[in-house]
Amino acid sequence: MKLGFYPGCSLEGASREYNESVMAIAEEMGIELVSIPDWNCCGATAAHNMDKELSLSLPARNLALAEEAGLTELVVPCAACYSRFCATQHELKHDENLHKKINGIIEKEYKGNLRILNVIQFIEEFIIDKLEDKMKFEINKKVACYYGCLLVRPNKVLNFDRTEDPQTMDAVMKKLGADSIDWAFKTECCGAGFSVSFTETVGRLSGQIIEDAVHRGAEAMIVACPMCHSNLDMRRPEIDKYNKKKSDMPIIYITQAIGLALGIDRKKLGLQRHFVPVKLNDFKPYTKKTEVENPQKMEVE
Amino acid sequence: MARIGVFICHCGENISATVDCAKVAEAAAKFPGVVHSIDYKYMCSDPGQTLVGNAIKEHNLTGVVVSACSPRMHEPTFRRACAEAGLNPYQCEMANLREHCSWVHERNEKTDDKAIDLVRMLVEKVKRNNALQPIKVPVTKTALVIGGGVAGIQAALDIANAGHKVIMVEREPSIGGHMSQLSETFPTLDCSQCILTPRMVEVAQNPNIKLYTYAEIESVEGFVGNFIVKIRKKAKSIDESKCNGCGLCTTKCPNKKNPNEFELGMAKRPAIYVPFPQAVPNIPVIDKTQCTYYKTGKCKICEKVCQANAIQFDQQDEIIEVPVGAIAICTGFDIKKTDFFPEYGYGKHKDIIDGLQFERLASASGPTAGEIRRPSDGQVPKKIVFVACAGSRDPAKGIEYCSKICCMYTAKHAILYKHKVHDGTAYIFYMDIRAAGKNYDEFTRRAIEEDDAKYIRGRVSKIYERDGKLIVVGADTLMGAQTVEIEADMVVLATAGVANQGAEKLAQILHVSYDQHKFFSEAHPKLKPVETNTAGIYLAGACQSPKDIPESVAAASGVAGKISCLFSNSELTREPLIAVVDRLAPPQYSSCTGCFMCQSVCPYNAIEREEIKDRNGNLVKQLAFINPGLCQGCGTCVAVCKSKSIDIEGYTNSQMYSEVDALLNF
Repeated sequence: MKLGFYPGCSLEGASREYNESVMAIAEEMGIELVSIPDWNCCGATAAHNMDKELSLSLPARNLALAEEAGLTELVVPCAACYSRFCATQHELKHDENLHKKINGIIEKEYKGNLRILNVIQFIEEFIIDKLEDKMKFEINKKVACYYGCLLVRPNKVLNFDRTEDPQTMDAVMKKLGADSIDWAFKTECCGAGFSVSFTETVGRLSGQIIEDAVHRGAEAMIVACPMCHSNLDMRRPEIDKYNKKKSDMPIIYITQAIGLALGIDRKKLGLQRHFVPVKLNDFKPYTKKTEVENPQKMEVE
Repeated sequence: MARIGVFICHCGENISATVDCAKVAEAAAKFPGVVHSIDYKYMCSDPGQTLVGNAIKEHNLTGVVVSACSPRMHEPTFRRACAEAGLNPYQCEMANLREHCSWVHERNEKTDDKAIDLVRMLVEKVKRNNALQPIKVPVTKTALVIGGGVAGIQAALDIANAGHKVIMVEREPSIGGHMSQLSETFPTLDCSQCILTPRMVEVAQNPNIKLYTYAEIESVEGFVGNFIVKIRKKAKSIDESKCNGCGLCTTKCPNKKNPNEFELGMAKRPAIYVPFPQAVPNIPVIDKTQCTYYKTGKCKICEKVCQANAIQFDQQDEIIEVPVGAIAICTGFDIKKTDFFPEYGYGKHKDIIDGLQFERLASASGPTAGEIRRPSDGQVPKKIVFVACAGSRDPAKGIEYCSKICCMYTAKHAILYKHKVHDGTAYIFYMDIRAAGKNYDEFTRRAIEEDDAKYIRGRVSKIYERDGKLIVVGADTLMGAQTVEIEADMVVLATAGVANQGAEKLAQILHVSYDQHKFFSEAHPKLKPVETNTAGIYLAGACQSPKDIPESVAAASGVAGKISCLFSNSELTREPLIAVVDRLAPPQYSSCTGCFMCQSVCPYNAIEREEIKDRNGNLVKQLAFINPGLCQGCGTCVAVCKSKSIDIEGYTNSQMYSEVDALLNF
């Protein structure tokens, strides 16, 4: 099976492990992810604050290229890229004149037929049904699924999951045998792009997220966005400073969690690249015949 | 020879700002048959009507076309003016230059042309109008009141005290409605039960009122003055004539763990139950979905203990048919439940309750006997947060309208809380304090100044539970929109008031209109606030929009006044706009071939068989005959008649074709 793939800058840079884990589980499931030829920046946080046409043209060119390459589904793991792509598709779908104008700017014909999938939709559609056959371990840990902002908002554009209390990642983690907790900060702001300019603010915002998850006994936090990951992982010193206590709860991508359940080598999943070491192990071997039982709570070493 | 008068109205600027009225009048003067054509600023005003009347006399007019607004409001006005001037009222027609022209177009020549065309069509039609006589029908002087809340009770008592019969139908086992659930009422803090219960008893005792509880409307047929209503009396499994209300069955019932609807799930009740101690009638019903006997075939303890032999397990629903002359809809409202709010936890936190639940907690007859105790662990909350506008005035995620009663009852809740928990603190998050009403603003001031309610102007973005506390996160917009976090023990959401369950279905049964929120629509928002668009059917209380008790009671008395007016006539006058079968000279008698297709499609069973016999009594021909008392003028028979023998008076085929011709052949 062949699906379109847009890595964007994060997956080639700071979040290589996200890319590695997406590729690893895709390979395990026999899915070929084909990068858009000659892809460019999605515009991310900068373009739509500066220039509307630029912010639409950048994703539109990528989408047009994907269509030209004959792709029908496009997997966009980075939540920011996913958000920009969906926003562009939405805006151009609802404004014919704008659509024509943007086509003129990118000198390409973007038709708007592509299905854009975030990583959870990709998992739901192509991975989850095959998990039972391939799972080697149960992720028998207490986890907090953190969605952040871009994955579920704005609901009118994305039409994905419940905005205030999303559940899709929790469902995937439960399938992996994890105890995914009900907590209060699933969609609170992590500080996002202020990571560099207002690091202390990021420390406060991400700090509250980490604190609530740790307080409720989470052994790991599951994310699907490179920005969230870098704030919650890389900014841990600032977070600990805000919370006035050290926390060693690792932040792992949902694709890495799946990789662990599939028994893929930890290096191949890029788990060694995190700032907060991922010590999770002692997973319970998975046997297919029984229904997934309530996961036993095991101590973190 | 037709002599038609045309009267163009400016409707202030409603028409004249877009349509050149003088030009239209001038053009109309040239239409064949038009002998008089003028324009005037307000044709519906007294001088305007006088203009029409004088012109009829002066020019000896045979038809009048008033070119103004929609006929909905003013056709009766102008027909009356024509009648006063000696013209048959059905020789007067209206061309709608406002809704059909000026309001929907720009000012330009094409708009003027369209206005002229509209007038031309009606001139051609009115030339073919016949003088018609109104139809007289009798009135059944019995009113049906649907719903036994405070509005229904008020309407029923007022109508009954005017000397008319009333049938009250209530869906629940007892009358009383939401008001019977309230603790105290704003702005006087008098006890809700204490003022309502005597009125409930009055309903039961009034010889003019027949009360059916645990009953619903099955169907309604007929028309004003002459409705036929079918009422489904749901089986209570109790013989009401035998039951003396001793209550032994409810105390002996072993199956006591069913959610109590009256206490909004905060208490349990037996499977055979009276909803609350002051219920009227004080007769229990068996909840068949919960009763052990109905589920397993064993138990029957209530039957054994009943001294009066009133338990009837095999009782069936009964459908009764009653004739009524008028109907009052008083079906009340409902509120959004806490599970409507994702940001407040989808109703998963036990200590986030809605306003009606708080009423029960504060009520002396409630599950905590009037002590404010939180549902999760029965602790007395020391910090309580009230969230006003939960779901109201929220076009993005809730409903766009203001639920109106919440500002006042939230202030009342804060006062009641402070009266019961002296060392507690009440916070109220609000958007605006809407306290427009007699002594209402003083009441909210009292909450703030005397009872120390902490009002915070801002919205609550989320509420989550942590270590047994509810963390309420909101904004204080009067303090620079800074974030406020309150560690509360309990939260009360003033959830949006919405249409009652089944309102849409009832509206369809009654053929009355309802709005996008499923509230019943009044006939006119200002001038006909208690009437519906269907003659003889009226509205009172919160089934129309959220209303407080005084407003509901006032509307109910208004309805009673309207119905008493209706019943003061011995017969009613109906518009003669009904179907007729043509008649021709013998030997044809009629072009009707007697196929009776019309009979099979008539929704009102108005079509009968008429037999034409010769002098010797031999049957010559069978014709369709339309009963003018039953026909509603819907025109379905006209559409199916193969021989084109049926016409609707006032809308005959020849009139309709003449209108179309006037457009096409010009």
